[in-house]
Amino acid sequence: MTLIRFSPSSLREGRWYEYLIRFALGGAVTVFTGLISSRYGPSVGGLFLALPAIFCASATLIEKHEIRRKREAGFAGERRGQGAAAVEAAGAALGALGMLGFAIVFSLTVESSILVAFIGSSLAWLVVSVAAWRVRRKMRSVRKASTCYREP
Amino acid sequence: MTEYLVRFLVGGVVVSAFAMLSDVLRPKSFAGLFGAAPSVALATLGIAVYRHGPDYAAFQSQAMMAGAIALAVYSVVVCHLLVRARLRAAPATLLSLVVWLIVAFGLLTLAGGQT
Repeated sequence: MTLIRFSPSSLREGRWYEYLIRFALGGAVTVFTGLISSRYGPSVGGLFLALPAIFCASATLIEKHEIRRKREAGFAGERRGQGAAAVEAAGAALGALGMLGFAIVFSLTVESSILVAFIGSSLAWLVVSVAAWRVRRKMRSVRKASTCYREP
Repeated sequence: MTEYLVRFLVGGVVVSAFAMLSDVLRPKSFAGLFGAAPSVALATLGIAVYRHGPDYAAFQSQAMMAGAIALAVYSVVVCHLLVRARLRAAPATLLSLVVWLIVAFGLLTLAGGQT
């Protein structure tokens, strides 16, 4: 079983301007969503709550970090960088299911209690995402085991 | 103007917090979950509840469901472009935004979303 763990040293790989870019991008997307909602209404604005703008920046940074690490070890690193970004994308697909859970719980509860809506929807995101991730890992290990096993 | 400044600061802080959490978590496939964290949604819905009330925020979150499904499709397309077409991350993620827009607006139209 794979343990989920913290690796604080990963923060040292990032440059100060990369954190600044993420902050600015996060702020800009939130402002953009507000502008869209004001101009086109909450329905179209709501769509943009799941805009993958932040993911574009994250995947590019992950690829860049992986390439940098491989180059320091004397390798080209492009394929490894693409692989790391692809793993991030696969995780984001599962996280999107969690985001769907977040939206469903929020829409069902916000009119009765705002606090319950925020806590409940955040928990729904976490539970659905982690459950989807665990199911995917389990399926992958079962597939790997059946590939390795050959009838005598 | 003040509202947009608040949006910028709240959005920046929430997105940065989730991004840093994603950086420190291992394995990478688990950290990837935080690439689709509802960071912008938390900031925007919080402001929407404060400014326009719960009805408005509920309406936004209903449309967000279509956006979330589009995000799942988008992520799978990005994964395939990186692994099979061997595109770099920047072009793969940017080109796939077209897929997100088509799926998101397609679902909104199917659900009879108002604009």
